[in-house]
Amino acid sequence: MAAITLNVIVQGLLTGLVYGLMALGLSVIFGVMRVVNFAHGEFTVVGMYAAFVLFETLHVDPLLVLLPIAAAFFGIGYLLQRTLINPFIGRAEHEQFILLVGLATVLVNGLLLIFGPDARPINLPYSFDSYAVGPMFLDKIRVFAAVAAIAVAAALFLFFRYTRTGTAIRACADNLTGAAVVGLDVTRLYAVTFGLGLACVGAAGTLMATIADAAPGLAQAYTLLAFTIVIIGGLGSMVGALIGGVLIGISEALAGFYIQPSMKSMFSFALLIIVLVLRPQGLMGRRL
Amino acid sequence: MNTIWFQTPLRGKALSLLLLAIFAAAPIVADRYLLSVLILVFYFTYLGHAWNLLMGFAGQLSLGHALYLGLGAYTATALWVLFGIGPWVGVFIAIPVAAAAGLFIGWLGWRFAIEGVYFALLTIAFAEFTRIGFDHLQVTGAAGGLFLPVNGDAAGKWWNLGGGPLLYYYLSLGLAIAATILVARLRQSPLGYRWLAVREDPQAAQAVGIDVFRARMLAMLISSSMTAVGGVFYGFYYRNLFPSQVFDIGRSIELILAPIIGGLGTIFGPIVGAIILTPLGEGLTGIMQSLGLNAPGVKAIFYGLTLMVIISLQPNGVWPWLARHLRLDRPRK
Repeated sequence: MAAITLNVIVQGLLTGLVYGLMALGLSVIFGVMRVVNFAHGEFTVVGMYAAFVLFETLHVDPLLVLLPIAAAFFGIGYLLQRTLINPFIGRAEHEQFILLVGLATVLVNGLLLIFGPDARPINLPYSFDSYAVGPMFLDKIRVFAAVAAIAVAAALFLFFRYTRTGTAIRACADNLTGAAVVGLDVTRLYAVTFGLGLACVGAAGTLMATIADAAPGLAQAYTLLAFTIVIIGGLGSMVGALIGGVLIGISEALAGFYIQPSMKSMFSFALLIIVLVLRPQGLMGRRL
Repeated sequence: MNTIWFQTPLRGKALSLLLLAIFAAAPIVADRYLLSVLILVFYFTYLGHAWNLLMGFAGQLSLGHALYLGLGAYTATALWVLFGIGPWVGVFIAIPVAAAAGLFIGWLGWRFAIEGVYFALLTIAFAEFTRIGFDHLQVTGAAGGLFLPVNGDAAGKWWNLGGGPLLYYYLSLGLAIAATILVARLRQSPLGYRWLAVREDPQAAQAVGIDVFRARMLAMLISSSMTAVGGVFYGFYYRNLFPSQVFDIGRSIELILAPIIGGLGTIFGPIVGAIILTPLGEGLTGIMQSLGLNAPGVKAIFYGLTLMVIISLQPNGVWPWLARHLRLDRPRK
């Protein structure tokens, strides 16, 4: 029994790292720009479909197209911020919300129009392989996805820590007026930030496509999931997003196994309510 | 209401009465389909007013009003299906149930200083939590849904809200008018002014002696109660309830669109928004069908684009702009 529980926990942990990467994108956007990206899950599912289409047409492994897809998402994010979202910076939350809900509606129904409502699986040759580690069996694809998620998150972390642009973005998050006073090009930095946030989402969507079947219906659930993780982990904390993702991944896996799969997100929402009330800054609450 | 009515220019009064007369007489010429569209217009006007009280007046963003809608709908329909208790009694049980949920969320949020987006997420979390709960609640049919009889004696006579489109048409029109009058009266009441003060600057409001917490709780009480009544209408009009539909976040979003598009914190915003948005969606479906196209996503894509355009160009909503151009706004002193 203990071995099964351990297995479930580890599977949840691996999935949770991919969730964490998705939430990291939201955390970066929200933490720096204070924009409520309510189209986050929708972009994730677009990433899943991008991986699916490349797999179906060119037969390439999603792990190989991870970086190209992330790069494309960076470009999309950069342009979106420059054109559509920038006028909404600093405007009321409900206005940003309506804009992004509109965008989310267009995205998810665009997918519905093109691909239909059915789930689209990616069947990799190693889809059912697993590693035996002691008493555990680890799905090969989950291990790959989790490792890739950590790699992308680490790259992002290093970027924010050690590059000039990364430091400048952190300055914007810390003190917007101060950043503008010392001459930082806030508009460009915001565009880069949104691009990076979407690059995370593109990467997370690509990885998600290997462990879950792409379907337009997933989008809204992923948006809520990303918000839940970010709040639990602590807004603006990059480590917090990953930890939150792992926590949610494990709690969903345990609830899905021991109670009922359909009730698994109930525990995530309960956790969200408890964290909001008791520790609204999140577990790792700290500015970026 | 009186003040607002007397301050309205003559052409505004004439236009309001004309609109009212058109709506009252519409069933004479309108076919079933047109009536169903108008019922939706009134329904969204009503719910828009309810949500607008909390967000537009008291300044608290709720993205979980589907919770009160669903609780109202489920309470009244379950009482009717399981115990034969009619909706006119059921509604007075549905209101306290939804209001209790609303007050609990409000208490939790505002006592623990959960503001803005965080409060919105709290409301979503409760609505989603309840949706999954009802998905597993066997007594109301769980995910399989709760159904009201459609035909025969079991459907109920008209006084138990079993009837044809005319019944629902005038019921929804009555709800929309009642809500408009209620909101207009509240807007002019001392409580209404307290809400505006709290919305604009909670700290300053507190400093002049307004009990901010109490003002917000009252807004939540009225808003969730009104939404519950809308839920009772929803349940008896559609005659089937699924947790995945009535508690869905999509419900919460669709009921806030009319007041935001029409104009947040205004009395006519929810009306104008509902009149613009509902026929827009329905009209597009009609055009698509007449062109022989059957693409399920197109209507929603158009809807999404409309939202993006309106919020980009008219962030304060269509009504303030419209009122200015038709010179319907009250003269400035």
